[in-house]
Amino acid sequence: MFWDWEYAFEVLPVLAGASIITIQATVLGFILALVLGLIFAIMRMSRNRAISGATTAVVEFIRSTPLLIQIFFIYFVLPEFGIVLDAFLAGTLALGIHYATYCSEVYRAGIEAIPRGQWEAATALNLSPTTTFRDIIIPQAIPPVVPALGNYLVALFKETPLLSAIAVLELMQTAKILGSQNFRYIEPITLVGGFFLIFSLIASAANRYAERRLSTIGKR
Amino acid sequence: MPLKSIVVTAIIAFAAGLVFASFAGYELFIPGLLEGTWITIKITLGGALLAVVAAFIAALAKMYGPAPIRWLATCYIEVFRGTSALVQLFWLFFVLPQLGVTLSPMMSAILALGLNIGAYGAEVVRGGINGVSRDQWEATIALNMSRPLALRRIILPQAFIAMIPPWGNLFIELLKSTSLVSLITISDLTFRAQQMNQATFRTLEIFTLVLLIYLGISLLITFGMRALERIATGGIVRGRAS
Repeated sequence: MFWDWEYAFEVLPVLAGASIITIQATVLGFILALVLGLIFAIMRMSRNRAISGATTAVVEFIRSTPLLIQIFFIYFVLPEFGIVLDAFLAGTLALGIHYATYCSEVYRAGIEAIPRGQWEAATALNLSPTTTFRDIIIPQAIPPVVPALGNYLVALFKETPLLSAIAVLELMQTAKILGSQNFRYIEPITLVGGFFLIFSLIASAANRYAERRLSTIGKR
Repeated sequence: MPLKSIVVTAIIAFAAGLVFASFAGYELFIPGLLEGTWITIKITLGGALLAVVAAFIAALAKMYGPAPIRWLATCYIEVFRGTSALVQLFWLFFVLPQLGVTLSPMMSAILALGLNIGAYGAEVVRGGINGVSRDQWEATIALNMSRPLALRRIILPQAFIAMIPPWGNLFIELLKSTSLVSLITISDLTFRAQQMNQATFRTLEIFTLVLLIYLGISLLITFGMRALERIATGGIVRGRAS
């Protein structure tokens, strides 16, 4: 018998409890990614070339190095500078910063798609750059890129098992502990895979729905 | 990514690398890290090869296969895109032996990462083939070519060029996900970093250096794919919706 239903039902409640940590990390990490991503995008469009150049370098650096090392970096290196974070916080911070760089590209695409006339009209109305950004550009730039941001939410969610590397008790770590306690990995790890699959499928369906809705709004 | 930003990044990375490498006592951890780098490169190459093969098979099966094969290809793509790479890796490493199939850690790593990236690659291949204009298909019908022949001689060579940039991104994703194999006991760069860290406590230098090594490899991939694109287009810049 490959699959033991009794054992599966025994571990399911434990895994369901651990999934709360996974979801917390996803939500907190994504909020950080959204906020920081917008800051990166605006800094990258700065007219000051030192600021835009430095931001570009930082964003490209974070994007082309592995998230796992970044998690280790925050968890192991920052304490040397006196910043001690617990594992969950360090992991969520790393997730948020990593995905902020992806989100900043999405925002940039959204902002660049705004017609020049909008900027010129704002200048003609003597709006300050802050007001222009906050009240004119951002409200028009964000809705079309919501589906792209949604894709990164799903991607971030699927990266949360990496937090198990610094012993955060999220789904994967819990499944591994259950597996080693009972010498049966089949059920816990397959259940974790199933959990991710179901959530990803639901999320992509929701995303497609949002995309359809937003495209009809755009055509009006 | 504009060329200038790549250059800026490379210069900063190089300067930072020099600073850290000039620290005393680096000979304690540099050799270990270089051994790990080699393993990382090997897994990246193996995974890339598998990913390309899996992607083409899955995409062609999904587009032109009979119903059961099409269904199988869709399942493969959805399952590997819908669950995370680490879960797939652990599944191959921990679950398969209990089902009676034992793979070496290296095999599980290449298999899991290659199939994972291959699932994303299948969509890239599909997009590339769909991007070839309908007229090309119609012309092959007019010339009485069979569908496999048309695909091989006419459609794929054109689709191939459009696929190069997204494949470059996927290879960088693959490189980044090779760091996961450190969690299944393979002594890749990430594993070595932790090992050297525990041995020497040079945390800052080691992890910074490791980040820079990964950056260096991904810049190599970027440049390699650019070169490939130049060769494939024969130096002609073609209009392409990208």
